[in-house]
Parts: sequence; C-alpha cells; structure tokens
Amino acid sequence: MKHTISVLVENHAGVLSRISGLFSRRGFNIDSLAVGVTDDPTVSRITIVVNGNEYIVEQVKKQLNKLIDVLKVKIIEPEALISRELMLIKVTASADTRGEIIDIVKVIGARIVDISRNSLTVEITDSADQLELLQDLLGPYGILEVARTGTIALEKGVHSIHNK
Amino acid sequence: MITGAQAMVKCLENEGVKDVFGYPGAAICPFYDALADSDIRHILVRQEQNAGHAASGYARVSGRPAVCIATSGPGATNLITALATAYMDSIPVIAITGQVSSEQLGRDVFQEADITGAAEPFTKYSYIVKNAADIPRIFKEAFIIAGSGRPGPVLIDIPIDIQNKKLEFHYPESVAIRGYKPTVEGNCGQIKRVAKALADCKKPVICVGGGVFFADAADEVLQFSQKLRIPVVSTMMGLGAVPGGYELFLGMMGMHGVAASNLAIREADLLLIVGARIGDRAVNSPDAIAKNTKIVHIDIDPAEIGKNVGVHIPLVGDAKNALSRLAGEVGALDFSEWAAQAAARKKPGEFPARESSVNPKRFMSMLSDAAPEDTILVADVGQNQIWSANYFQVKKGRFLTSGGMGTMGYSVPAAMGAKCACPEAPVFAVCGDGSFQMQMMELATIVQHQIPVKIVLMQNARLGMVRELQSNQYQGHCTAVFLDGSPDFLKLAGAYGIPASRIASDAEIPQALEALFAAQGPYLLVCDVDPGEASL
Repeated sequence: MKHTISVLVENHAGVLSRISGLFSRRGFNIDSLAVGVTDDPTVSRITIVVNGNEYIVEQVKKQLNKLIDVLKVKIIEPEALISRELMLIKVTASADTRGEIIDIVKVIGARIVDISRNSLTVEITDSADQLELLQDLLGPYGILEVARTGTIALEKGVHSIHNK
Repeated sequence: MITGAQAMVKCLENEGVKDVFGYPGAAICPFYDALADSDIRHILVRQEQNAGHAASGYARVSGRPAVCIATSGPGATNLITALATAYMDSIPVIAITGQVSSEQLGRDVFQEADITGAAEPFTKYSYIVKNAADIPRIFKEAFIIAGSGRPGPVLIDIPIDIQNKKLEFHYPESVAIRGYKPTVEGNCGQIKRVAKALADCKKPVICVGGGVFFADAADEVLQFSQKLRIPVVSTMMGLGAVPGGYELFLGMMGMHGVAASNLAIREADLLLIVGARIGDRAVNSPDAIAKNTKIVHIDIDPAEIGKNVGVHIPLVGDAKNALSRLAGEVGALDFSEWAAQAAARKKPGEFPARESSVNPKRFMSMLSDAAPEDTILVADVGQNQIWSANYFQVKKGRFLTSGGMGTMGYSVPAAMGAKCACPEAPVFAVCGDGSFQMQMMELATIVQHQIPVKIVLMQNARLGMVRELQSNQYQGHCTAVFLDGSPDFLKLAGAYGIPASRIASDAEIPQALEALFAAQGPYLLVCDVDPGEASL
C-alpha cells in the first residue's frame, strides 16, 4: 500500500543524503521523493511516497524522527490528502496527429507548453494516476521523453504539519 | 582571536575532557600542535580503530562522551569499525578527524576521504566544519547529541584550513537543537497501564539491556526486582546491571545464554524489557514470545519499540525515570513463589577437570571469585566472550564487550580506555588467540602510557567460535580456522617488557590468578585451551 509522508528538515547540505541513505539501508522502498524549501528558508519540505505495510510505515516514521536534521514527520492519511505531481511529456506530433493530441490534452486538463514542427511538449499537474493516464493516452503517438517531479502533498482543511 | 585548532582544544577542556585517544597525521597537525599546550592527556594508540575502541571503553566506564582523534583519509576510515561498534552498542564516542583543505574537497587529493559520507550509517550525527566560527557550537552540540537520549557516536570532520583560521572564542552554555528532543519523561498513562498489567500478571520477568547503564538505572532495576520479587534476565549488553550473584538474577538470555533465563522468558506471562532492543542473539523468535506473553518495553528510543518484538505496552522514556515512577505506582505485589520457582532452575557451573589444558569456564569462574568487587572485565568476541559472559559474575564493576557488532579486537583497547577512566579499578581484557592478534600492537600503547591492563589470552590455536559453527553446521568441515604461525605470546610480551606466564592445566589456575592479581603493571596470562572446547 502507498503512504504519503511529509517531512520537514533542516535546509542544509547533506540532509537529503542522510534521508535517502536511511531508506536504502533499512530496505524501505521509495515510490517518489520531492524536495523544496518552505515559507521558512531554513526549512525544507520533503514529500515521500513509500510502498509498504503498516509496520514499514511506522518504522519509516520512527527512523526519520531519529535523524537530528528532521524536524517533523507526518503521515498524511489518504482521505485527508491533496496531492499533486507535475509532469512534462514530449510527444512526436505531425500535422496529421497534432489535432488529436490537442484534444486529449484538453480533455484531461493539461496544457501545451512547447510546439515544434515534429513535437509537442505537454505539461500536466495532477494526481499520479492522471499523469499515468495521460502518458498512456499519448503513448501511441511516440513519447520522446518524460520528466516528473514526484508527488507533493498537503492536508485538506485547516490542519497542517505544524499541528496535530 | 585564537585559531580553530586552539578552539577545538578549548572546547574539549570546557567539556571536562581529561584523556583523548588518537593518532596524528598531516591534516590534523594544527589540532595536535594546540593540544600540546593543554593538560589533556593524549594516548597514542598504534592503529586508529583502537583509538575508537579505547574511547568506547572510557565512555562506558565514565558515563560521559569520550574522544578519539584521527587524521584524514586512511586515519579516518580506520575509525569506521570502531564507530560502527559504538553505534550498535549506543556508546557516546566523539570522533574528531582532520580533513584536507576546504578548497580542495572533492578533488581526490592526497589522503582525502569522504568520512562523513562513509560513516553516516554508523554515527548518530556528523559534522563537516565549514566555518571556524562554528567550532564552539558544533562541539557543544556534538557532546549533547552523543551523550543524551540514546547515546551514540558523533563525528566532527575539520578541514585543515579551518583549523588554522582565527575566531573569537566563546563556548556556549547550552545550545538548542530544534530537531533533537529525546523523550525522557515516561507518559503517565502508560506507566499506569504497566502498573495494571503487573497487578494482573502471575509470572513477570524483567529483561535488562545496555540502556540501563546509560540511564544510570541499575539501582532502580534491583530495587524494583527486590521489592516485587521479580526475576531478572539480561542481554549480553545488560550484564552487570544487577549483580551477577543476585539471587533473582537468572543469567544471560538468548542463543548463548543459560537455560534458566530462556525458560523463564518462555514461561513468563509478562516481560518487562528495560533498555534492550531484543536483538536476534537475545531472542531468537520474538514473535513466538509475544503471542503468549504481554510485552512491556521501556526504551528511550521510540524506534526500538516495536522494531524487533511486538509490544503491548510501549513506554518511551528514560529507564531510571520510568522505573522509579513505576515503583511508586504499583501496589503491594509479591511474586515470591514464581521467583523461587524460576531461580531454582539456576544451575551452578559444572567444570569437568582438564589435565593438559585449562577449562576456560572453570578459569572464568575462579577469576570471578577471586576478583575484587570493582573489577571491570572486558571480553572480546568469540568463545572467550561467551565463557566470560556466563561465568564471570559482575559485582560492583562492569562487564564490557562488543555486543551488537561483535567486533574482534575490542577487548584490549577498550580495557585501556576503561583503565584510563577508572585507574583504581582492576581491569581485565579476555580474548582468544584470534582476537588478540587483531590488537596486539596495543601492547606498545599499554607500555608507553603505563596503562596496567591485565590480559587473559585463551589460546586454542583456532578461531574457536567459527570452528564450533563449522563442526556443528558444516559437517565438521573445518576450514580457515587454524591459527598456525601464531607467535610465542610469552616471548612477544617479553619483547614489550610485559611479564607473562602460561598455564596448561586446571591445577595451575590458583597460582596463575595470584600472579595476575599481584602484578602492579600490565600482565599477560596465556591459558592453553583444548580446541574442542564448546562455548556453552
């Protein structure tokens, strides 16, 4: 089962390697990991999606909390989760196929960010499922390359990682 | 303004450090230059790993973080085994390593190694110092992190140019580390739940681990056990938490433990684990126990609770705090009957007489009887460790060993550290002829710095524990366990000017012990042990 974990960490060198080292050392599987600075420039937020049972998730949380550079860890329950991921996907497009691709992009709520004689680059910001759906739909036209950010997430409502 | 190197020394002085163990090299020279002006005693080991083990022994006996020093590159990487050993056993060691100049970092210059990266899995925390002005804060943090909560090693890597930079020195009284707040105070509700579980159970057992020492909770454990009449078992790391001769102490548990302990755990309906992580050597199949036994786990590290054994009542906090409050919470309970039943299964050691070799169990038992109350015994790893653990009874001293990592070559340097921390206590290192040869260069350190450690070497010309494993599980196919080519250890000791003797029968033990105890300085006693001798 997939679990989304929000982690606030000290924003300094070496922190990411401590976290990724912990995951590989303890045999935790990371689905995705995204890092960025928060409203406090000394603090970064890492969003990790892990695959595992309850025991694994509990261990991940406890082991993360042990790291001195980790300030807060919160497992976001699936029902309270707002999660987004950004994907850029470059697809082969000729005069014949361009129209069909633009239709797909419109329906799925993505947008075209670059166009050339033989290609289209599409940006989509959505849940991981929708990203995969788009990728699946564009597959037949010939995908040239894909870049994804990994999932970031916040809790619904007024709750935040700062309160329980 | 003083230099970074002078600041490092001042930090150590501010922390009350009296002795450090190390080995210099180019990248740490500014620090050594400044250290020469200090009253801090530097003990020059003969290999950096032993500086780490010596600091470990020192820390365990003094109860405070102890310091080891190495240069960059190979000096630093040689420390890794000692750091890993300290990490597994939660020992507060501060490792200071020199590093190549900041502007050369990452270019693979001479003696450059990414030691913070390499040691990351084996340290509680590590620093690479980028600004000299940060030195006081970093040292203060390092000592706090190493010595508090669940203790562990902390590494400070300092490039040579930073050691030479000037700074305004001010040592902070305290520092706030926002990501580090160990839970000391156990939760009230949980303590009440434990008290209720104790009131509801019939056959409780207390299981102590190494955490009891750093929480300074040995007295609380003993009083709790005495008051409620609860039998006590111990992991290898917990040995000595209650006196070995205490009537309700059943002995070491686990793979190499005694039957009385393991049977008591199997029969118990409540297991009160205090400062132990229930490693695989202590409990073979924790899930089987958790099925029939209510598990209460007191530990300062929340990540240990539920990691190896399913827990019914977790209690995160300091063992001393938790136990003293628990003692106030439980009513008048009395488990005398069960305790007597469990203690009745304790068996006195049986030592079939050996005529052309020494029975190592008999030897350890006699050493134990003859040793003064405050004796510190440091066991190495292998059969010698099991003989020591099961037949040496700690009274008011300590039993030290590499429990988690099982690092051969631990005993002599750790004994050196223990002796430096506690000069008035008799300190013994017990090792085999395999492990001794991993550390025998330290005889020079012992002589040079006049550290009167007594060494007992169990010589069976085998890597005994591997030999035993091969005999039992590999159809007796013994390979690569024969220690042919070992030197004459008496002559070796003689070459260092250390008195030594050898015994080859049980009859000689009393006389040998007399010589061992009478020696004012270091001493080496070699016991010829039959290669077929079993661990248990």
